[in-house]
Amino acid sequence: MSKERKLFLIVAAVLIVGAFLITTQMENRFYYKAAYVVLQYVVLATAWNILGGYTGYVNFGTAGFFAMGAYTAVALIKTWKPPLYLLLVMGGLVSGLLGLGIGYLTLRLKGVFFSIATLALAVVLQMLISNWSYVGGGAGTAILKPRSVPLFSNYDEFLFFVMASIAVVSVAVAWLIEKSWIGRGMAAIRDNEEAAECMGVPILKLKLFATTVSGALMGIAGAPFSYFVVYIEPTSAFHLDYAVNSLAMPMIGGTTTWMGPLVGAVLVGTAQQIATVTLSSEMNLLIVGSLLVGFVVFAPDGLVGLFGKIRSRLAGREA
Amino acid sequence: MFSIEFLLNALVAGILLGGFYAAMSAGLSLSFGLLDVVNIAHPAFIIFGSYLTYYVNEHFGFDPILAGLVFAVPSYFLGVAVYKIYYNSFEKTGAESLRGLVFFFGLFFLIEVILIITYGVDYRLVRAFYIGKSTSIGSVGIAYRLFVPFLVGGILAAVLYLFLTKTFFGRAIMGVAQDSLAVQLMGVDPIRIKTVAFGIGIATAVIAGSLLIIIGPVEPTIGREYIGRVFAVTVLGGLGSMTGTLVGGLILGVAESFTSSFFGPSWALAVSFGILLICLAVRPSGLFGR
Repeated sequence: MSKERKLFLIVAAVLIVGAFLITTQMENRFYYKAAYVVLQYVVLATAWNILGGYTGYVNFGTAGFFAMGAYTAVALIKTWKPPLYLLLVMGGLVSGLLGLGIGYLTLRLKGVFFSIATLALAVVLQMLISNWSYVGGGAGTAILKPRSVPLFSNYDEFLFFVMASIAVVSVAVAWLIEKSWIGRGMAAIRDNEEAAECMGVPILKLKLFATTVSGALMGIAGAPFSYFVVYIEPTSAFHLDYAVNSLAMPMIGGTTTWMGPLVGAVLVGTAQQIATVTLSSEMNLLIVGSLLVGFVVFAPDGLVGLFGKIRSRLAGREA
Repeated sequence: MFSIEFLLNALVAGILLGGFYAAMSAGLSLSFGLLDVVNIAHPAFIIFGSYLTYYVNEHFGFDPILAGLVFAVPSYFLGVAVYKIYYNSFEKTGAESLRGLVFFFGLFFLIEVILIITYGVDYRLVRAFYIGKSTSIGSVGIAYRLFVPFLVGGILAAVLYLFLTKTFFGRAIMGVAQDSLAVQLMGVDPIRIKTVAFGIGIATAVIAGSLLIIIGPVEPTIGREYIGRVFAVTVLGGLGSMTGTLVGGLILGVAESFTSSFFGPSWALAVSFGILLICLAVRPSGLFGR
């Protein structure tokens, strides 16, 4: 194990322990709810970036993968109420399989057609869920949170801790991919798929890997959703905001590194939480939309790219 | 089980709807089909057109179609501006496949949000003397709110077809689609041609928007439902073929009409995506592909 990898894993472990320690100290439930949403976006943005930023396939259907995770959990809760970690596993599994299926589409669909297919998938899934009365259909259904959970003083704090752990794990996954030959292969696919294939990069395997991992992470992020919102219905679970945000955050942060989606999700996610309270939820969408368009036009490498540019310019002046 | 009249009614409604779908997709067929500009925001411009129409109809009693035609002119310049940004930021540097797509997606979302902030999420509709009336041939009913958009949509497709095949500019657009470098060697600036074509595409989107609000009430987020439809029609018809767009629109209209008659309207949306996926898998060049 290299020194860098060891350090990264230690930082990850420290962050998870830190999240737990926070829950023993702080009481205000609003902050936990807000932090949960931000962390959820860290997971979604990181997952989106594994396929979109690393491999170059733009997924418009994040909401579909997210909601499938959420509804897998709802179906399980309705049948036998398994513990949360099983919901996470199953949500990840279902969305991962969905991602694998979408991966095979990349054989025929490139560019905009792949993106439209992912959007189509989200629309069709929403329609199916809306017509499936067992999980509440179009009207939705109420989910009872477990009354208490050991070690935590209430369930919201527990959910915050769970989402923080998922966020740390998904950023670690993105980091591991980026630093390995898999990440380099993905970058080759993004830059020129045909050339990559000619050079012997196993493009199908890598694309399937990317879509599966990306889908699974989105599903895991969705699994605790029904406990978080207490009342789940298709319109909110499949909301276009998830697709826009999970794409805007890496674009604003920077798409080529693991840090980009993290920075983007934390900054934009926090700003949104503040804007929703102080302005209105429409205004916060306007801000995200403007930032997205502004960044793709003026700062294509995102904030991380901007910092890199400033740093190299400063270094150049000193030299 | 199902009577002949029932089937005929569904068929006629589908054909009428199809003409309108062709009008919606004509602009996309021009910009995406011919010039490879992935304007995923096309439906948002259509909804934008609906709201412009709604505004002048509500406040000044303008006829919706007249409003659409009048607004087509400034919309052309809006399209020109959008293309200039797109070209300078993405196409020039070869970054259109990933970031260009995201740009249009962001634009789509922005237009939607701005409409929500300005008008709220309520459904809006327009008034005109032909809305709400209908005629019937035998047992088949024809609602004017469907017939008028069908007619205007057909005329729009025909005008675009004549424009592309008979005029200098139209032929230049076809030329850029076929071989941009050759056109450049003939002394024509392909970027200027693309700018004009994209502007025309947005202008037709706004006209289609005035037709949309004649067919039924409109709310800002309705555009999402049309992304699949316009791309399905464009791909099914064969990228860039106006005849194909008309035929593709009719096929989608009839297929949707039958689906909603037999299985209920909530399944109609799946039809367009189904057609799109099948078409891409079986014959990506479409029915009238170049």
